[in-house]
Amino acid sequence: MELDNVMLSRMLTAMTLMFHIIFATIGVGVPVMISIAEFLGIKRKDPYYLLLARRWARGFTITVAIGVVTGTAIGLQLSLLWPSFMEVAGHVIALPLFMETFAFFFEAIFLGIYLYTWDRFKNRMVHWLLTIPVIIGSSASALFITTVNSFMNMPQGFELKDGKAVNIDPIAAMFNPATPSKVFHVLTSAYMTAAAILAAIAAFAILKGKRSAYEKKALKLTMICTFIFTGLTTVAGDISAKFLAAEQPEKLAAAEWHFETEKNADLILFGTINENNEIKNEIRLPGFLSFLAGSSFDTEVIGLNEFPEDERPPLWVHYMFDLMVMIGFFTLGISGLYLVASKLKQWNELSKPLLLGIAASGPLTMLAIEFGWIYAEVGRQPWILRGYMKVGEAATTGNGVGLTFVLFALLYLILGILCVVVLIRMFRSSPAQAELEKRFPNGTID
Amino acid sequence: MNLELLGITVLWTFLYGYLIVASIDFGAGFFAYYGKITKKDSIINGLISRYLSPVWEVTNVFFVFFFVGIVGFFPSTAYYFGTALLIPGSIAIILLAIRGSFYAFGNYGSRGSTVYLFLYGATGLLIPASLSTTLTISEGGFLRVENDQVVFLAKELFSSPYSWSVVVLSIVSVLFISATFLTYYADRAKDIEARELLRKFALLWSPPTILASLLVFLSLRSHNETHFNKAVGEYWWMFALSLLCFCLASAFIYQKKAYGTAFIMVMLQYFFAFFGYGASHLPYILYPYVTLSEGVTNDSMATALVIAFVLGLLLLVPSLILLMKLFLFDADYVKGKK
Repeated sequence: MELDNVMLSRMLTAMTLMFHIIFATIGVGVPVMISIAEFLGIKRKDPYYLLLARRWARGFTITVAIGVVTGTAIGLQLSLLWPSFMEVAGHVIALPLFMETFAFFFEAIFLGIYLYTWDRFKNRMVHWLLTIPVIIGSSASALFITTVNSFMNMPQGFELKDGKAVNIDPIAAMFNPATPSKVFHVLTSAYMTAAAILAAIAAFAILKGKRSAYEKKALKLTMICTFIFTGLTTVAGDISAKFLAAEQPEKLAAAEWHFETEKNADLILFGTINENNEIKNEIRLPGFLSFLAGSSFDTEVIGLNEFPEDERPPLWVHYMFDLMVMIGFFTLGISGLYLVASKLKQWNELSKPLLLGIAASGPLTMLAIEFGWIYAEVGRQPWILRGYMKVGEAATTGNGVGLTFVLFALLYLILGILCVVVLIRMFRSSPAQAELEKRFPNGTID
Repeated sequence: MNLELLGITVLWTFLYGYLIVASIDFGAGFFAYYGKITKKDSIINGLISRYLSPVWEVTNVFFVFFFVGIVGFFPSTAYYFGTALLIPGSIAIILLAIRGSFYAFGNYGSRGSTVYLFLYGATGLLIPASLSTTLTISEGGFLRVENDQVVFLAKELFSSPYSWSVVVLSIVSVLFISATFLTYYADRAKDIEARELLRKFALLWSPPTILASLLVFLSLRSHNETHFNKAVGEYWWMFALSLLCFCLASAFIYQKKAYGTAFIMVMLQYFFAFFGYGASHLPYILYPYVTLSEGVTNDSMATALVIAFVLGLLLLVPSLILLMKLFLFDADYVKGKK
């Protein structure tokens, strides 16, 4: 591996994005959870849920801050590290980028209002209503930015003549074939991850011996949400796989080590591969790749051999794909198990193994987000603009990418550590029970 | 008005908006830190954080808006500025990141950490300096194109009197704008003690502002004479109006009256100077490589962007008014009673 500008630019972009999506995912998902908790609190006149919304919102401010600054970083880095790409793509995708900042603007305004008006309205519903624009803003910005990424996978709405984009149709570029499945998958998985992380926090607190109604209600609410959102994510994943099979087959084929075009293609779980593309130690599910690609064992799945070697993605994306899917099913299983256990009298939904599983699912889902994005991004290598521009042609020619890589690595390290330290200190200094008694001395919300 | 002129006017207006709101924010960070080390924090820091907490994120968006917009309307700027600004741009991002996140750590996480406050205050003065590099580069003379490659002449930039005079102007402007706004905000809060302290800051930074502006003019004359001649030849009246507004603002603050009007005068002072500077810079966006008409994006994208912009404003303006009503013009909130 040569550390030229292309490699260093890729590494820096990857690092910034991998750090940013942690906070971006929380930023899209957590407002939904805050909104649900506050709504339940007002409707049921239950101070526990109101306190839950309040405490989540307080922690959320810290993650939002890091999300905003790292989002600004990636926004600028696109032009700093990939100037040639931005010059071409700017002609075609400026619209969704522009709309993303509008959505961000909208969210920023209402989040500021939401956080500072908890006790300002007589009618609590007025304050709850403020969560709606926050959710619209954060989900819409995920939507718009995902259309940009979809465009890089499925470019359309322009023609390339002598390195310049002409005959541009901004709407067609935005609503390219990859957009619906990607947006659906990104949104559901963000909601799922946020719910699973908040569930993990509740499970962790219960494991540490805090077994008051506050923790139990938090766990129940977040587990129901996790189950629903994970279910939706599974559906979205299935739609995405079918989309890949039809429109971007080299990506799916690389994920599944699928070389020959055939019907009744096998699904491969884990395993190893040598330089002759022989697969060992795998678990083979006969015919299931065809089923995944087209809901029937007879579906023909296009293999990697159909593509020239210099246009194939690296084969290690297989592990990323498998890990993402495994974590998805693990989370679906554990949240399903909790719900069943809470319904059946003879089962204990607060048993230690189950709680440990829930506590693990939080960080695991965030890892799945990372794996999924690595798969999606590396899976379209060597292209930056699939079929039009390769990554190698787009990187900056400026000096100093190595230095900036080191500086940003230090920055993210410090921000990451401080984020955790500040969050832990924040909640340790104000335990839930004490805050409940202080805010709601009568045990009711009025 | 054609689309590219409309585009650059919109973007310039947003950059002006950022200049005002970010200056208040950057300067406030510095004053908050200064207040802390001189043990005057009990006087002004509560007031500052009451203003900043709900709006700091919005401030950030103005900036994102500008750079996304300029890449959208004028994609070739991404190519030239992107290549040239790798190091200064990255430093600016890192400073912004430190500032934004440490603001949150300090204000929501652990109150009263001097280290956080120091980072917050110090970055506030360094960011305007690093961002103003972009304006300096746009004057030309700091980039060379060799075999289709853009080469950034860092040494020229660091040894140029023009670039240093812009840095000085940006820093003193931040302190002046911020102090005048906070004086007004303290006056609204009926916080006499804070107002007196901030008024002193405003008066202190008033003469350097005008001196730094003159310095920029003089050094521009030797750096880019075409631009200088256009500025004093065609647009002298805008700079004259700017000076008039400055004098009125300083007079009001000196006489301890009409702090609100004084701040509006400061806004107008920078409005005229900023737009006079921008208008005389045209038709070049980056002298001499990118001009307004050649650098503009295709028609269909420009139209789409303008439509998106108008629709976006219909959403934003009422929201911004609501934000200001709740946190800027609500007397009880400003006084800290809510």
